[in-house]
Amino acid sequence: MSEFIQQLINGLALGSILALIALGYTMVYGILRFINFAHGDIFMLGAFAGFYLAPKVATVLPTPSIGSGLAVMGISMAICAGLGIVIERLAYRPLRSRPKLTVLITAIGVSLFLEYTGQFVFGAAPKKFPEIIPVYPIMKLGGLSVTSNQIIVLAVTLILLLALRFIVLKTKIGMAMRALAFNPEAAALMGINTDVVISFTFGLGSALAAAAGILFAVNYPAIDPLMGILPGLKAFVAAVLGGIGNLPGAALGGVIIGVTETLVAGYISSTYRDAIAFGILILILLIKPSGLLGKKEIEKV
Amino acid sequence: MLEIKNLTVGYGAIPALHGISLSVKAGSIVTLIGANGAGKTTTLKAVSGLLKVQSGEILYEGRNIANLPTHQIVKLGLSHVPEGRMIFTNLTVLENLQLGAYLQQDRQIIRRELEHAFSLFPRLLEREKQIAGTLSGGEQQMLAIGRALMSRPKLLLLDEPSLGLAPLLVKTIFEKIVEINRERGLTILLVEQNANLALEISHFGYVLETGKVVLSGDSAALRQNPQVKSAYLGG
Ligand SMILES: Nc1ncnc2c1ncn2[C@@H]1O[C@H](COP(=O)(O)OP(=O)(O)O)[C@@H](O)[C@H]1O
Ligand SMILES: [Mg+2]
Repeated sequence: MSEFIQQLINGLALGSILALIALGYTMVYGILRFINFAHGDIFMLGAFAGFYLAPKVATVLPTPSIGSGLAVMGISMAICAGLGIVIERLAYRPLRSRPKLTVLITAIGVSLFLEYTGQFVFGAAPKKFPEIIPVYPIMKLGGLSVTSNQIIVLAVTLILLLALRFIVLKTKIGMAMRALAFNPEAAALMGINTDVVISFTFGLGSALAAAAGILFAVNYPAIDPLMGILPGLKAFVAAVLGGIGNLPGAALGGVIIGVTETLVAGYISSTYRDAIAFGILILILLIKPSGLLGKKEIEKV
Repeated sequence: MLEIKNLTVGYGAIPALHGISLSVKAGSIVTLIGANGAGKTTTLKAVSGLLKVQSGEILYEGRNIANLPTHQIVKLGLSHVPEGRMIFTNLTVLENLQLGAYLQQDRQIIRRELEHAFSLFPRLLEREKQIAGTLSGGEQQMLAIGRALMSRPKLLLLDEPSLGLAPLLVKTIFEKIVEINRERGLTILLVEQNANLALEISHFGYVLETGKVVLSGDSAALRQNPQVKSAYLGG
């Protein structure tokens, strides 16, 4: 039993990270109806930003500490938010009126560009992510061992989800996002500057991906320029599983994939762990293509 | 107040408007009538910046607003109730109205405009907290007009407000349009297929056929015009 709970907690930690990435896919899809395949690479860049920031932060803050951890994460989120905004502005906005396929191929191009530039700038070999938050002695509860890092992942994810919920539901820009996702023409007629809202959405999604990158690196401290590919794909599957365009769906999808993958790897075979997400994708596309929480898309003419 | 000169708009390579010209005097109701597909919606969308203008000018208070982004046009005091209403049916009635006042920072003014909207359409007050998708067609049209007024426009563009509504509701809506024009001095450009009613409440009218203005004149005169009578007024 405690073994099961142990796996569940491992799964929840992984799922939280996937959920944070999935939110960016789903927000951008909700507003522009396209899959930003470069999103997984923002996750990677978030981790690398943290890698280079950590020594700088260590000169002003005691490291490792909660403070240094939060500082590294906060700055990395800000950098990646800016990066997401710039990528949209330079690569996607000029193609706004082009067929979706053009934009999709461009996104794949941007993804490859970021990966190769990453290999060139950071080097292809894995790097050890520095310790930015203290790892407390492993908590033993019965036969259970929970690391403080896992608790931190869960807590930070929860806080970010609540913050996102607040932004989307209670602020003016959040209302503009919902309006734009629902009907871009009607949103523009309300006086909403749709370009600003799109930039904001990219920034927000990229910041969440950067947070995920830091949380991931804290837990699995070997980072490399291709580290965003698999989590990116799995998070995309999570977004589809939850119902693409649906925010709670993306979070739920991430958690389901993380937990399923961990349980299967723990109890059945770890050989197939990376295939789990794609098995789930095929199942959901066969059974309920609109996703768990997604509504049937009404094609607008 | 609004002066359209030689406006050409198309969808891809296919032109929908072939150089139309029309003008809307401040304080008046001007109607644009014509059959389905004549280019009425295209005209309004070009004015509010939802469609790209290929050539020609759209002078609003003397300034050419052709191809300005929509949100800037809205800021200048132009509000467009689009065809099919485009209500945010996933949001509440109140949220829809608040979105109408998106550019307004002053809460005091927003509150006053909300009161205005509710006094114009008391039905909306009863349904304030309801999801807009649950409203009837007539209520959604009221909401669309109320929402458009929230930005305190000087010029209101209305695209087929009678579409899909029962005759009695159409009458109510048209009475409100007249009220908005008389009591608030709001200038209105009204697009309608229901030519009878549109010519009844408007001061001036234009008849559009396949992307061209074919007739124009005082609404009273147009109603007597034999061509208009046979083509648009059912004999
Ligand atoms: N999205 C579109 N793509 C291509 N052609 C369009 C589109 N919308 C309208 N049209 C064409 O433009 C012309 C004018 O349409 P529209 O302005 O909607 O007419 P109306 O509002 O008077 O019914 C029609 O021939 C119509 O087929
Ligand atoms: Mg029309």
